[in-house]
Amino acid sequence: MALVNPGFVEEVRRSDRFNASACMNCGVCSAVCPMGIELLPRKLFRYVLLGVKDRVLEHGEAIYSCLLCKLCEVNCPAQVQIAENVRSLRYYMNKKVFKI
Amino acid sequence: MPLPIGDTVGILADNLRIRKSVLPVSAKSAVAWARGLGLARGGETILYTGRMYQLMPYIEALNKVQEKIEDSWIAEYVKFGRVINRLINISALMALPSKSMRESCVKILVNIARLLGRAGVNFGYLYEEDLYSGALIYDLGVDDILEAHARRVMDVFKKYRVKKVITVDPHTTHMLRSVCPNLIKGYDLRVKSYLEVLAERELRPQKELRLETAIHDSCLYARHENVLREQRILLEKAGIDVREPAESGKFTFCCGGPAESLFPRKAKEYAKKRVDQIKKVSFRAVTMCPICLVNLQKAAGGEIQLEDISSYLVQAYCGG
Ligand code: SF4
Ligand code: SF4
Repeated sequence: MALVNPGFVEEVRRSDRFNASACMNCGVCSAVCPMGIELLPRKLFRYVLLGVKDRVLEHGEAIYSCLLCKLCEVNCPAQVQIAENVRSLRYYMNKKVFKI
Repeated sequence: MPLPIGDTVGILADNLRIRKSVLPVSAKSAVAWARGLGLARGGETILYTGRMYQLMPYIEALNKVQEKIEDSWIAEYVKFGRVINRLINISALMALPSKSMRESCVKILVNIARLLGRAGVNFGYLYEEDLYSGALIYDLGVDDILEAHARRVMDVFKKYRVKKVITVDPHTTHMLRSVCPNLIKGYDLRVKSYLEVLAERELRPQKELRLETAIHDSCLYARHENVLREQRILLEKAGIDVREPAESGKFTFCCGGPAESLFPRKAKEYAKKRVDQIKKVSFRAVTMCPICLVNLQKAAGGEIQLEDISSYLVQAYCGG
């Protein structure tokens, strides 16, 4: 069972630029993503916001597969800074999981 | 099993921290392209390569090895590679670049320098101090190591009192124009891609090329840096019929290249999709990024003729 940690989003957020909470879960990003990453970005962002840390950590491959191409971002109706948010997740994984 | 993410990212980040580059390109081979061009060292305006084109033959060679390792039992041993790599540069031993690819990357940089010369731009070069920009480490989110490296790059610019930087590829343009200002206090460099500089100078062609080609935009130029008109103006003025594939311009499809360092198979599958879109409009395509060029070339396997945009521009504007 996944544990919920409400402080998780604060661990991931490095600055105001992490704006996953602006996401309204419309699904446009997943529909246009060339990598076909259904999970990215909306579900992953939701996991971060809800603090379901284990779910985030088990999806390292999706987090690092993102091309940072911003095709989702130019189509996002809520101006979510998707690429920068994904980079924040990578930063978190690098530091906390991979100890880089 | 796929390549272990943490260890692969770790090797690349260690290389930047210890060796100032994600992969080992010796200073001698990084500056070889400028031999005989008589470029001044430093100056107020410099051509900054960020070593991206010079790195591509090494990245391609390493990816070939990675493709073989991915999904094999050897992948598990990459973690030992990271420990050894801190002491001995193992990526240097693994990545033996092809001569033909090294030559074509040299040619691209020479073409760009010739084009700028033809446009009357007065510029210098930093030679062995023209360091890698850190673009891949930025993408991978290793921001602490990136920040320390960005300071090293800036120190060199300060040493030579550089004010204006002309870049040759979208990744380096993005790093210097949009990323570094957020990392370095008091950053005041003016940064332009050579395509912007050439378009601004209203260069006149010496020869009309009369051919058609598809254009593959770089995501970074199109969506991060707003460089979209310049390449089209330059190509059209050169007499080229520019064909737009499905998903082009601001909505361009990525070449898949950024996934290559961790997921080479996925990167190739994705590049194949892009090649199929391009094939529908032309058997030729121009790219303006070394990563797009190499990744699409690999996926195309000769089905389309891919060239860096500078190859056509030099023919038209410098007469060959
Ligand atoms: S397109 Fe934007 S608002 Fe819609 S799900 Fe994706 S991130 Fe959220
Ligand atoms: S930035 Fe990442 S999530 Fe968005 S479309 Fe590109 S690959 Fe998909």
